[in-house]
Amino acid sequence: MSFLEHLPVLIVIVPLMAAPICVLLDRPRLAWLVALIAAFSSLFCAIALLSQVLDGSVISYELGGWAAPWGIEYRIDLLGAFVLLIVSAMAAAVLDFAKASVEHEIPTDRIARFYAAFLLALAGLLGIVATGDAFNVFVFLEISSLASYALISMGRDRRALNAAFQYLVMGTIGATFILIGIGFLYMMTGTLNMQDLAERLPAVADTNTVRAGFAFLTVGIGLKLAMFPLHLWLPNAYAYAPSIVSAFLAATATKVALYVMLRFMLGIFGVDFSLHEMPFAWILMVLGVLGILSGSLVAIYQDNVKRMLAYSSVAQIGYMVLGIAIATTAGVTAAVLHMFNHALMKGALFLALGAVVYRLGSVRLNDLSGLGWHMPWTMAAVVVGGLSLIGVPPTVGFISKWYLVIAVLEHGWWPLALVVLIGSVLALIYVWRVLEVAYLRPRPASAPPVSEAPLSMLIPVWLLVIANIYFGIATHLSVGSAERAAALLMGTAPMGGAQ
Amino acid sequence: MNGLPGLYNDFIAIFLMMAGFYVVISQGNLVKKLVGLGLFQTSVFIFYISMGKVAGGNAPILTDGVEVYSNPLPHVLILTAIVVGVATTAVGLALVVRIQEAYGTVEEDDIQAQDDAEEWPDDTAQDSSKDTGPDANGSARS
Repeated sequence: MSFLEHLPVLIVIVPLMAAPICVLLDRPRLAWLVALIAAFSSLFCAIALLSQVLDGSVISYELGGWAAPWGIEYRIDLLGAFVLLIVSAMAAAVLDFAKASVEHEIPTDRIARFYAAFLLALAGLLGIVATGDAFNVFVFLEISSLASYALISMGRDRRALNAAFQYLVMGTIGATFILIGIGFLYMMTGTLNMQDLAERLPAVADTNTVRAGFAFLTVGIGLKLAMFPLHLWLPNAYAYAPSIVSAFLAATATKVALYVMLRFMLGIFGVDFSLHEMPFAWILMVLGVLGILSGSLVAIYQDNVKRMLAYSSVAQIGYMVLGIAIATTAGVTAAVLHMFNHALMKGALFLALGAVVYRLGSVRLNDLSGLGWHMPWTMAAVVVGGLSLIGVPPTVGFISKWYLVIAVLEHGWWPLALVVLIGSVLALIYVWRVLEVAYLRPRPASAPPVSEAPLSMLIPVWLLVIANIYFGIATHLSVGSAERAAALLMGTAPMGGAQ
Repeated sequence: MNGLPGLYNDFIAIFLMMAGFYVVISQGNLVKKLVGLGLFQTSVFIFYISMGKVAGGNAPILTDGVEVYSNPLPHVLILTAIVVGVATTAVGLALVVRIQEAYGTVEEDDIQAQDDAEEWPDDTAQDSSKDTGPDANGSARS
């Protein structure tokens, strides 16, 4: 029992402690094993936590026994446990895949440190979600960001270095904005505990200090989230990072940023302030729509398939932002649901591309000619992932778009439903470009022979592909969790388990 | 506390912040960018530290005869943020070193030019990343 009580902190501590162990061992295989064990321990913790909060209750953990609001509180509610599950499950899936891919892409003497940075990024992302303290969010955000800059810079292409530097500059500005925002909130309330903040803010909400804090937080989190005009760091970072880093970050980092946005805007500032008093919803709506359209359009013109998927991520973030902007429980449900589903599809697609890189060494569109017949299982995974991206039933992509359109139509805002539809058509075009090259064009005779990816790569890819279909049919866990999490956030929860 | 003199520290913080931000945006040299980033972060430290000062307050050490203390919490928070800032600068500089090794320059424009030349060897280094040729686009629609 005492062990279970410590789950909220163990989920963060285990990868955090495993990272230095990786460095000390300094053996590629051992480091991989340590990372794998740590990721699966976190996954176990996340599942255990989710099963505890599924009824709407909240787990509160006092770090070091210091009672909140003086001490740092870790607070896990349904939304948090749901995001923890996404992050740790993706980490576990990616690490299954990682062994062969990392040995192929990273110099042997750096592999142990690579896994250490990976675990630090994981610990940071999990910490952001687990903590109930606003300043702690900033600290964990920087832990995960610094680790991801290092991870991205380990890409084989030298452009990875420049991409990592751009990300570092923009990420640091974003994090500093968040720090300023938290400072303004502390000025007005004298507390950093999220629960306390939420209680004390309404009394002082009608001041410019709080409004300024709100603005700084919106921009800062928007940068981390890669919300439309602030997304410039994302395409290159994802395109030139090592394969498993692209897969991991695409599936988790932006999701956690979206969680931070939901937590701050809806949880701390409150629905009334964020969505009704401030023009937050309108701004998000415009940016979401622009993100969907521009991200999808630019994706069509990409020659590098990883870059294409990165721009597609910008568009997918647009869907999530649009979900929040609808400002109803149904809208937030769609956003949270798409968070889960997008992690599944982008994880599967980027991992499949990782297998392509392993065999082919390139993800340029022209090099993929005829690959569908030489790497049938890998490309079949890309087909299913692509269908999911477009939103074809019975994949998860369909489920999230279905809920988004329902939420939009609840308001009668049919032009937005049209935007979602146009986004899907554009996705169809860019996915089709890849499939056309891979299946309809013959492999040039001059091209070196390729064979199917090893089984150790195919299994995690296909686990994610099957999850794409499974959660598209059996929506109980994903939709159920998303609906209840959204209801708790919007304050329309049917059951009052909180507090 | 009110009026211009009371907000003296805030104005300094805002000035430093904008100066740092401007350097980050305007400078093409990656090292100078990091200097600007450092300035930008430091301004926030000053902002936090000023926030903790209570007018007429003493240092937060328990002594007889002192009733009002300054708030030490923002100072402690900023200690963490300084560590984060140092780490960021270190990672940034490490990246600059590796960029210098890989490209032979730390000027953003030169790096961009080299990347463009690599991406489209026969192209005269177009600036837009959207241009991957009309034929790729044409085949997608067919």
